[in-house]
Amino acid sequence: MTTPMLSVEAVSHSYGARRALDSVTFAVAPATFAVLLGLNGAGKSTLFALITRLYATQRGRIQIFDHDVERASGEALRILGVVFQSRTLDLDLSVMQNLMYHAALHGIRKREAKTRADEVLARIALNDRAYDKVRSLSGGQMRRVEIARALLHRPRLLVLDEPTVGLDINSRADILRYVRQLVADHGIGVLWATHLIDEVADNDDVVVLHQGRVLAHGAVSRVVEGCGVTNVRDAFTRLTRSDHSTVEAG
Amino acid sequence: MNSAVSNRQSVISTVDPHSGFSPRQFAICLKGIVWRESLRFLHQRERFISALVRPLVWLFIFAAGFRQVLGVSIIPPYQTYILYAEYITPGLIAMIQLFNGMQSSLSMVYDREMGNMRTLLVSPFPRWYLLCSKLVAGTAVSLLQVYAFLLIARFWDIGPPPIGYLLILPALVLSGLMLGALGMLISSVIKQLENFAGVMNFVIFPMFFASSALYPLWQVRESSPLLYSVCKFNPFTHAVELIRFALYAQVNWTSLAVVCGCTALFMLSAILAYDPSRGFLARRGEAAGAA
Repeated sequence: MTTPMLSVEAVSHSYGARRALDSVTFAVAPATFAVLLGLNGAGKSTLFALITRLYATQRGRIQIFDHDVERASGEALRILGVVFQSRTLDLDLSVMQNLMYHAALHGIRKREAKTRADEVLARIALNDRAYDKVRSLSGGQMRRVEIARALLHRPRLLVLDEPTVGLDINSRADILRYVRQLVADHGIGVLWATHLIDEVADNDDVVVLHQGRVLAHGAVSRVVEGCGVTNVRDAFTRLTRSDHSTVEAG
Repeated sequence: MNSAVSNRQSVISTVDPHSGFSPRQFAICLKGIVWRESLRFLHQRERFISALVRPLVWLFIFAAGFRQVLGVSIIPPYQTYILYAEYITPGLIAMIQLFNGMQSSLSMVYDREMGNMRTLLVSPFPRWYLLCSKLVAGTAVSLLQVYAFLLIARFWDIGPPPIGYLLILPALVLSGLMLGALGMLISSVIKQLENFAGVMNFVIFPMFFASSALYPLWQVRESSPLLYSVCKFNPFTHAVELIRFALYAQVNWTSLAVVCGCTALFMLSAILAYDPSRGFLARRGEAAGAA
């Protein structure tokens, strides 16, 4: 059996008395585009904070490839690329300076970092903006730079927390297409958190997270079938309205 | 957006995560953090100017006004009577570092609110190393400010022995680390940027005024023994004295020990505070929302 790129096992997390995640379990296989689908407040950002070790895991276990995020955080973070929901670029630095800073945070030498930065910028068609300040970019361009930055250290798993929030329809489509292409061409595992159902494609995997609990996970077609409906939108509506059962599809 | 790359190796990791990082990679990481802090500082010209104007106002105006009022007798490390402006110069140098430490703390709170802090915290290097690198970067920036101030002060006839400019360097590094570590610790307990005004009132001003920066402690003892005790236990007093003695090619061993001890204590506390399993961040549930 292939080692999953990401494995989340029985993870629970509370803020005081409020439980944000309740025994969350799912896995992302290599070369898979998995959508973490949930409404605002479902617990997606908390899960991201745990995967990226901004929080310590209170209960359960998270592994990236075969590295435990708690016990071997360095190894786990080394093969993880992250795009957070909020912008994390330094607006007063240029695109290239932001990329070089990220490369240094991964111990990549300057010359190598420059080569990789040129490569990723060409890939997102922003090489002509390399020396412009990030502040001068549009929202969609900033997102593309953040994705490029997350790929700079060549991760095996890319996690993106609502990366298309606030973007126009074309930018959203561009970014989705680009990330799906990465999965198809390079075998990267992707966990894409969103509350936008139209970002789910038929051949994706989906994890439906609602009020901190996983209501369904597996291939989209299986989840839809398991709910006895014809599309993912109806499946999501049915699952979140009658939040008492868990659908698991292999 | 362009089509994907043809070369699979250019995207997929070739790194063996088990291999760890070499000393050279640790050095690259440190250099990158210092470089980014320096760039940010240079881009914020107002910050550089205000960092210089603040002590210069004290030196040019306050010291001139109080020259006749505050007499300074011969106390170590001075071997002769000195002008008041000369007495307060080490205090003003420490003030530059105090403000710089708090400014770094402010920028960490800002970075946390804006999300930039996450870029640092998801680096695979050990978190203690990232925080120490950040501290070194802040101290390096404070050194630039101090030497610019000393250069201007030289034209105001504040002239310690030439060797003092070199010998002050280790003292500045130590005091910069101590005040930066204190700022880092404070940044971990401040929830929002708005709360930062309180730091001015409850940290910067009390630390500065209850110290030997503006007046010798024997003068304080004459007016209030209690305040004298407070000043003696104030780590900022020891940063000032460490700098004062170093500027005149001497070592104040007590101050050296206090500054080293406080640096270790503040730094350790800051590392614990930023540790995900023990820290204040995790307890407040901040990373998911705003950190």
